[in-house]
Amino acid sequence: MPTLIRNQQIVDEPSPPDLVVLEPTDDPRALAERLPGLKLIAVNFPKYSDGRGYSIARLLRERYGYKGELRAIGVVARDHLQLMAQCGFDSFQLREGEDVQDALRAFGDFSESYQANAAQPVPLFRRRAGR
Amino acid sequence: MYIYDDIDQRLVDERVAQFRDQTRRFLDGKLDEDDFRALRLRNGLYVQRFAPMLRIAIPYGLLSSRQLRKLADIARKYDRGYGHFSTRQNLQLNWPKLAEVPELLAELATVQMHAIQTSGNCVRNITADQFAGVAKDEIVDSFVWCELIRQWSTFHPEFNYLPRKFKIAVNGAVADRAATFVHDIGLHAIQNAEKEVGFRVIVGGGLGRTPIVGHVINEFLPWRHLLTYLDAILRVYNRHGRRDNIHKARIKILVKERGIDKFREEVDAEWAPMRDGPATVTWAEIRRIEGRFTRPAHEKLADVDYTGSKTPFNAWLKRNVHPHKLPGYAAVSLSLKKTGVPPGDVTSDQMERIADLADHYSFGELRVTHEQNLVFADVRQAELSGLWQELRALGLATPNIGLLTNIISCPGGDFCSLANAKSIPVAEAIQRRFDDLDYLHDIGELDLNISGCMNACGHHHVGHIGILGVDKNGEEWYQVEIGGNQWPASLGKVIGPSFARADVTNVIERLIETYLELRDSENERFVDVVHRVGVDPFKKNVYANLDQKPADRRRALAA
Repeated sequence: MPTLIRNQQIVDEPSPPDLVVLEPTDDPRALAERLPGLKLIAVNFPKYSDGRGYSIARLLRERYGYKGELRAIGVVARDHLQLMAQCGFDSFQLREGEDVQDALRAFGDFSESYQANAAQPVPLFRRRAGR
Repeated sequence: MYIYDDIDQRLVDERVAQFRDQTRRFLDGKLDEDDFRALRLRNGLYVQRFAPMLRIAIPYGLLSSRQLRKLADIARKYDRGYGHFSTRQNLQLNWPKLAEVPELLAELATVQMHAIQTSGNCVRNITADQFAGVAKDEIVDSFVWCELIRQWSTFHPEFNYLPRKFKIAVNGAVADRAATFVHDIGLHAIQNAEKEVGFRVIVGGGLGRTPIVGHVINEFLPWRHLLTYLDAILRVYNRHGRRDNIHKARIKILVKERGIDKFREEVDAEWAPMRDGPATVTWAEIRRIEGRFTRPAHEKLADVDYTGSKTPFNAWLKRNVHPHKLPGYAAVSLSLKKTGVPPGDVTSDQMERIADLADHYSFGELRVTHEQNLVFADVRQAELSGLWQELRALGLATPNIGLLTNIISCPGGDFCSLANAKSIPVAEAIQRRFDDLDYLHDIGELDLNISGCMNACGHHHVGHIGILGVDKNGEEWYQVEIGGNQWPASLGKVIGPSFARADVTNVIERLIETYLELRDSENERFVDVVHRVGVDPFKKNVYANLDQKPADRRRALAA
């Protein structure tokens, strides 16, 4: 079973059978009305370099106010994790063969980001102003 | 120079550590070739014809003498003692060893440099007009805005895996010297009737296999909305740009397929909820960035009158010295287009000497231009003669800026694995043919650009004369276009069937002869004549003359 990371912890848990999955071509707006009732949404990354899911995540979190668990599935590798987390994902179904211990370190690759992100809604330049 | 604060420095250091770890995992077999490719490209590392190629970022083309010394040192230590300045104002090294690249990047970080996002499907190095801060027609100092955008684009979490590469150019003056109409996004600073600063936003331009002049998507975007608006454009592109065909993946294709009006509607719809949000630019931030730039301590000087100067100094003054907004100062181009030297190439020894000259003559700073030359932006007019002597000794005073031999050329088939044909020997052959300075100056302003393949790194579509290397059954042939122009942007038209390499210089000579016959005065440039009379007279002259020598042609082919 591929490994699941949630809130930067390894979790041993099967995928629910009724998992709601958004593909890169899906419009998250279609889910907007159902969002308050959803606890888990997965976004699929069919390829290593397909970046559409990052926009979908930000839309779900920032535009439609989704508060539940947001899971990246598909080709999800160590070197994607921090960017995905910054876009609002909080759980990650790693692809087969990833070194999970090493993957956990990915969240600390960078200690700061210039842009606003899911964990830090204020961009760096607004925080720098107070320094 | 923008001087990093502790956060800027930490992010660059962390990037080095990240790439060191990625390289180690790749060499240990824990990261496969394809995945590592996506990661190394984001650090400017290609695998090329003979060895890796590393593209070092020179953000908006601005360098300090200290940084240039470090580049000289790195080129000597990790490479063969020279580097190549590219049309995107970066520096390319052609022979570093993969395992040593992390160490090389660590050295770059010690002088606040990096290779972040110089390749890969992400936002690339931001380019700018080379006279930012000193141009007489300046509206804003584009470097400040470039730095704002550099920070916004660096590791942007949402836009790291775009459908294709993404190039942004910023122009801060009235004249467009940054080619804003042939970038994915061009930002041209303007002032509205109320004297408020904003940007005309141009989208969907580009060269490459499908050259397109960009469309104005927003006539006046107030400065504070710059980043949210960029977010909106990039998001529409990231979600809807084509990912099924690499040749149709640039934003220009999306804009073309949607039509600019429909595309604008989509961007506006995406922008509306972000507008005035937390990413809205603050004046405090603009002031902060401005304050971190080192500024030359200009003196109050009077202009120096050089009328009556003798050739060759006079030729250099005329071609390589440019006006400065302050009296008594001038901007000076260092030509990297001496005949026999590949355009844009500089040795480590030259870099060190240039760094010394920059310290002495131009407050320790210099710029790289997209025409692959260097600029000292703040030279005292009284010192021009001294500087000229020194540059001459270094082979950097060829008085050909704006002239035919100031050729823009990609590295071509000698180095690049994408190229169909060589470009450097073609450039050299043309430079040799037009080596006579009087003739060269008589021909007047002429941009001649060469690309070794349709990716158009040599910007051939916007050369007054553009040469494109094409492959015909495994042989190198060259297609010639005329009438392209950078600003106002126009794309060249192909004059007809392509030529063997040995014929290219003859073709250029025929084109020039035709021009000299047709021009109504010395003030009418080559490109003006092409636009006035069309391609036909040029075409007729070129092919008529070539057809007279079919035997030569066959011989050239067989060679």
